[in-house]
Amino acid sequence: MTPFPLITFLTLTPVVGALVLALAGGRDARRSRNIALGFSLLAFLETAWMVAGFDGKSAALQFAEHHPWIPSLGAEYFVAVDGLSILMVLLSALLVPFAIGVGPGNVDRPHAFHALVLLLQAGLFGAFTALNFFHWFLYWELSLVPAYFLVKLWGGPGRRAAATQFFVYTFAGSVAMLLAMQAVFLATGTFDLPDLARLARSGELARGLGTKLHWTGLAPEALGMLLFAGVFLGLAVKVPLMPFHTWLPGTYAEAPTNVTMLLTGALSKMGIYGFLRILAPIFPSQLRDSLDLLTALAVLTVVASAFAAFAQKDLKRLLAYSSINHLGLCLLGLFAALQPKAAAAAHGWSIERVAALDGVLLQVFNHGLTAAALFGFVALIERRSGGLRGIGDFGGLRGVAPVFAGLMGISIFASLGLPGLNGFVGEFLVFKGAFPLAPVAASVSALGLLLTAIFLLTLVQRVFAGTLNGAWKDFPDLGRAELAVFAPAVALMFVLGVAPQLALNLVNPTVVALVNRLGF
Amino acid sequence: MLAWTIYLSFAAAAAMFLIKPDNRQGARMLALGAALAGLAVGLIGSAGRGGGFAVATRLPWIPTLGAQFLLASDGISRVLVLLTGLAAVAGILFSWNVEHRTREFFALYLALIGGVYGVFLSFDLLLLFVFYEIAIVPKYFLIAIWGSARREYAAMKLALYSFAGSAMVLAGLIAAHVESGSHGFDLAELARYPFPASFQHWAFPLVFVGFAILAGLWPFHTWAPTGHAAAPTAASMLLAGVVMKLGAYGCLRVAMTLFPEGLAAWRHFFGALAVAGIVHGALVALSQRDFKFVVGYSSVSHMGFVLLGLMTVSTIGLGGAVLQMFSHGIIAGLLFGVVGRMVYDREHTRDLDELRTRRLGRRMPFAAVTFVVAALASMGIPGFSGFVAEFKVLVGAWQTFPKLALLAGVGIVLGAAYTLRAVQKVFFDGDPEGSPDGTAGADGTTPSVVSLPEKIGASLLVAATVAVGLCPKLLLDWITPSFASPLFDGLRKGGGL
Amino acid sequence: MNVDHARLLGLLAPECLVVFTALAALFADLRFWKHRTPGQRSHRTAIVLTLGFGAAATLLGLMGNTTANLAGGTLVLSPLSQHLKIVLLLFAIVTAWLCTETRFTRHVGEFMALLGLATAGMMFLVGTENLLMVFVALELVSLSLYAMTAFDKRSPRSAEAALRYFLFGGTAAAFTLFGFSLFYGVGGSIHLPTLAVSIARHAGDPLVLVAIVFVLAGFGFKIAAVPFHAWAPDAYEGAPAPTAAFIASGSKIAGFLVLGKLLQVGLPAAAGSGAWKAFAPGWMAVVALLAAASMVFGNLAALAQTNLRRLLAYSAIAHAGYALLALVGGSQPALLYFVVTYALAVVGMFGVVAVVENRTGNGSIAGLAGLRERSPLLAGVTTVFLLSLAGIPPLAGFLGKFLAFVAAAKQGTALGYGWLVALALGMSCVSLYYYLQVLKQVWVVPAETRDPLRGGTVVGGLLAALAVAVVVAGCMPEPLLDFLR
Repeated sequence: MTPFPLITFLTLTPVVGALVLALAGGRDARRSRNIALGFSLLAFLETAWMVAGFDGKSAALQFAEHHPWIPSLGAEYFVAVDGLSILMVLLSALLVPFAIGVGPGNVDRPHAFHALVLLLQAGLFGAFTALNFFHWFLYWELSLVPAYFLVKLWGGPGRRAAATQFFVYTFAGSVAMLLAMQAVFLATGTFDLPDLARLARSGELARGLGTKLHWTGLAPEALGMLLFAGVFLGLAVKVPLMPFHTWLPGTYAEAPTNVTMLLTGALSKMGIYGFLRILAPIFPSQLRDSLDLLTALAVLTVVASAFAAFAQKDLKRLLAYSSINHLGLCLLGLFAALQPKAAAAAHGWSIERVAALDGVLLQVFNHGLTAAALFGFVALIERRSGGLRGIGDFGGLRGVAPVFAGLMGISIFASLGLPGLNGFVGEFLVFKGAFPLAPVAASVSALGLLLTAIFLLTLVQRVFAGTLNGAWKDFPDLGRAELAVFAPAVALMFVLGVAPQLALNLVNPTVVALVNRLGF
Repeated sequence: MLAWTIYLSFAAAAAMFLIKPDNRQGARMLALGAALAGLAVGLIGSAGRGGGFAVATRLPWIPTLGAQFLLASDGISRVLVLLTGLAAVAGILFSWNVEHRTREFFALYLALIGGVYGVFLSFDLLLLFVFYEIAIVPKYFLIAIWGSARREYAAMKLALYSFAGSAMVLAGLIAAHVESGSHGFDLAELARYPFPASFQHWAFPLVFVGFAILAGLWPFHTWAPTGHAAAPTAASMLLAGVVMKLGAYGCLRVAMTLFPEGLAAWRHFFGALAVAGIVHGALVALSQRDFKFVVGYSSVSHMGFVLLGLMTVSTIGLGGAVLQMFSHGIIAGLLFGVVGRMVYDREHTRDLDELRTRRLGRRMPFAAVTFVVAALASMGIPGFSGFVAEFKVLVGAWQTFPKLALLAGVGIVLGAAYTLRAVQKVFFDGDPEGSPDGTAGADGTTPSVVSLPEKIGASLLVAATVAVGLCPKLLLDWITPSFASPLFDGLRKGGGL
Repeated sequence: MNVDHARLLGLLAPECLVVFTALAALFADLRFWKHRTPGQRSHRTAIVLTLGFGAAATLLGLMGNTTANLAGGTLVLSPLSQHLKIVLLLFAIVTAWLCTETRFTRHVGEFMALLGLATAGMMFLVGTENLLMVFVALELVSLSLYAMTAFDKRSPRSAEAALRYFLFGGTAAAFTLFGFSLFYGVGGSIHLPTLAVSIARHAGDPLVLVAIVFVLAGFGFKIAAVPFHAWAPDAYEGAPAPTAAFIASGSKIAGFLVLGKLLQVGLPAAAGSGAWKAFAPGWMAVVALLAAASMVFGNLAALAQTNLRRLLAYSAIAHAGYALLALVGGSQPALLYFVVTYALAVVGMFGVVAVVENRTGNGSIAGLAGLRERSPLLAGVTTVFLLSLAGIPPLAGFLGKFLAFVAAAKQGTALGYGWLVALALGMSCVSLYYYLQVLKQVWVVPAETRDPLRGGTVVGGLLAALAVAVVVAGCMPEPLLDFLR
């Protein structure tokens, strides 16, 4: 008997939900939202079931489903999860009900809105579980479409330009990646990601580039670099790594705020995931060759985005830059973990590498949670203020809305890495690994981290502390329903701050295996 | 069995004149019946055949010339017959509102369809050419009589371009016939005949360009946007959906199989032209103000992929090209259906800036959704047929012309840009900011109802593109084995396949 | 030269019957029907002609495969000549019926008689290999046609056209005769096969070349090839429609047959070559040049026409060029198939012209505006005829051109005549433009008036039959090709 195709089932759940909404949603906002929430919670339950059945001690691929699809193109339907994937799936499964719970406010055509959100979730699930490039790419692109329409149709005043920029940037990156992977396919004859990783390790990929693609007239090294650059471009735009980030602030600011929660919380993680799943395993040598440049870019991202955040007057833009900052940190940890031996001649450094990568993954999860929560709070602020969200528009809210201020404050502290909250552990592990591996970069980035702390604290100060702006005398505190949405998220920040091993246990064997496979 | 698609279409076209001129519903039903029957015959006749070559009818026709009445099919033909059936049915459903000379409209329409079926099923070169020409003439009248602005100019331009192309084909056909010893026109035999290399070097471009004009080969593509824009909806659907495929099919079936050495000498040149078409078509589409012109130039751009795929001369690239023919046929039909029927027939303008003010996204949600789906498919978003096809073409192109493949990649990005631009302008831009519900706009326009036949037609095409997108094996199982047939021996010897 | 007169009469019975019918029609019209309306008179005489010509055609059919060669090639019978005579008779019948559609004259009997005489002349032309007989028959045909052209006394154009036709024709006849006399001088015979043998001995003789040029000039006039075409547009425009139809059909078939016979039977030795980069003096070179000039000039000039008849005239010039291509190709079936199918379409078109002009008095292309509303039948047959002339498959015009092109392409080595074929193909593209302009009027442009436009039943039936013949001959060409072999 074949095992139950849980992953397929999981991916299809939101699709079915979207169909139900499209057909039966009607224009009743509450009903649409309830249906969407129901389906996303169902998906969450399935994820929970999967986590429960997941063997955390193994780095192997689990729940695998394997079916031929288009043999001539090497396309197979191949889904499975390992520690890396399951963390991402879990994150997506958490964030979507969270975002739906926060809600878009009073929107036109709520059924369409929620259907698109569910489709986005399906894209996320798919992208995080697919192990064949062909259909991984399918989900990668498909998740772009609902995101685009969510921004385009329900976004702020500048949504048109923002949505187009978002779409065209990421699409261009995707095409570059697609072309590069096609060349890889020609050299190897497969799109299977684990297979490709194996071929890359054994050197067959490089040989294939030399023998099967000789007609390009390029030396295998140059060609490899070119292909690497193509894939890198696609991923870097998505994360984003500076200088490929220009689409992001506008998009995050113009998107409906609960969609921004998903964009930053889950969608940007697809980029990081791609680095770990595709770029690092398939192009390890190219990655190592260009590591200095990439590390520099990561540092630039961390520092420059922190400075840029200082200049922002708009809460959403500020948080957008803070997101770039945090994701830059993730990449820094990632690149640090890949530092070649020469830089660390004395010992194997595998502990540091594992620490850095563990940190990266934890940071990915934490940032997803915290950033989503922060944008969620901004959504509430917007709704209460009638759309105002300038950082200077408020003040002294602590007095009138203590619970609100408290919970948002906790989220901010989690974001800047206060010990005891989830952000701390991730950042700590990243730096623990990065300092020995890439001391200069880590030191400079630490400066960025400091800046982050400053601007986030400024935010707290300007919005919650100080004298109460008279206009907000009646600023309502969190309602019961809102509390029900936010309390679990904040609670989770505490839980993970205290017991990060809950998440680490899932990923650690996979990370160890990854580090071993990368062959240091 | 498949030959009945041809007979049915022509018979129905003739039977149209037995219907009274004012019995419009009768004419529609007859046309729909014939198209459905054609589709059914196509499906039943193709099912389970795989890619194998099967002769349907072989009769002596003009013994003086050695021409035969030879109807047959292989996987490639079957795919295109299926496409024709789908496009025909959808086109009729989208023409349900033709009130002016309904009977003649459908008679010409069915004659066109019959010719198209004939081309796809003919394996005798002269017979193929005859059907090819039969398909050209009704187009002129369909555009000149039922078209919109500048229709007579567009119709004439289209007819002259097509005719110039077919004159080139005819020249090549006569030359090949004479050169091979005047035995006949059986494609399989001609493909076996070793034409001297010097002959192939000039005969190949002649025949190839002759066919490729109809496929929108750059720089001979200019008939396409004007023709598409002026044509009535069903005709643009067929024109972009099926007739352009005739050209590409001819390139593959005739020019390439007969003259493999000529192909080898010219493929880089034509590959470059194909990419020029992809990029140039996309750039021009980006700057158009007329909605139909956007779609028209997008057809040029997408047909560039077909030609690029053909020029790769590899199983994967050729398979991609054939799949792209199918895919673009469906998608272009859908796009033109929305533009011409759903939007233009109701709003009477195609100016993008004008349409911005009409708030169509709200007033015609069905049209908006359909167009968005078609646009996604057209951009090459995975999950739709266009992706698989363009993917295969690009893989093939990588093997042959890596630089061109990169440029084609740029074309894809541009494709996303112009498609988005049209989607936004037409359907989603007019909303006044911050209107939370806004079912009725400031201009007081009311929702516009999309009729049932349109919905059925659109659903049919959407279903086709999604089905092929998710399970391209359905068609690839027909296409790929076709290249194993002796018809492609010449290409195989050239080392391509 | 002993001739068995009884046998001669037997073999010439069809021709005699034609002449007798012509005279009978004249007599009956003058004697019995003088006081009837022209319409009744034309109907009755047309019936007489139909019966007589039909009988002659039947007779020819019964003669079947008879072959004979009487009086040193003066009268040569073969299955092919029988078949061609049948074809000519059929066209004559159609022409006679076209007269019922027009009211150009009260002297119906005379016109019909001339038609009969011209037909008889053509039949003689088809059935001879004797140069002198060729010339006499040619003159018989031409003189009848001059007179028929001038028949429309209401129109000064008719007389002017006839005068032009006559002057050109007379000069051409002189050229032809001079050329024949030179052949006789060189070859010592007026019997074509004998002549061929002796010409072969004098192949390079400049006199032969001069003779060829003279003869081709003469026949160039007959078939309206450039540069001997100048009479054609005026004659087509000015002549009564039936005359024009007959000039374009019967006269052309006979002219091409004789020219082909003359060149291929009489002068194979003086062929020369018109192949690319391999020009050699001889009739092939001259014919190739004539063909090229006719196709180019005819098609380009037709673009500018606004009068339907002039358009058909220039189209006829262009078609003469294509037919010369078949002649270059040396394929008699191709040539005859082309000319006969062309004649089918062009007679049909003149039938349409006759009906439309008679009802509306408008001979311009715009006069066809909205024809589809006023007469679906005429619109339908016009479409078939014009598309056939344009060479659109599956109509007969396509296959005619195709056969001609293939024949020319096969001629010489290494596609030497490819330049001519390519030119012909290019020019047929051009021709599509003006045919479509006419069809646009028929189908696209709305009519000013919706009055129905009806021709006579018989003419309508004949036109429909012609259209069907064009379609069938195109789809199933083999029977007709066999018939003309």
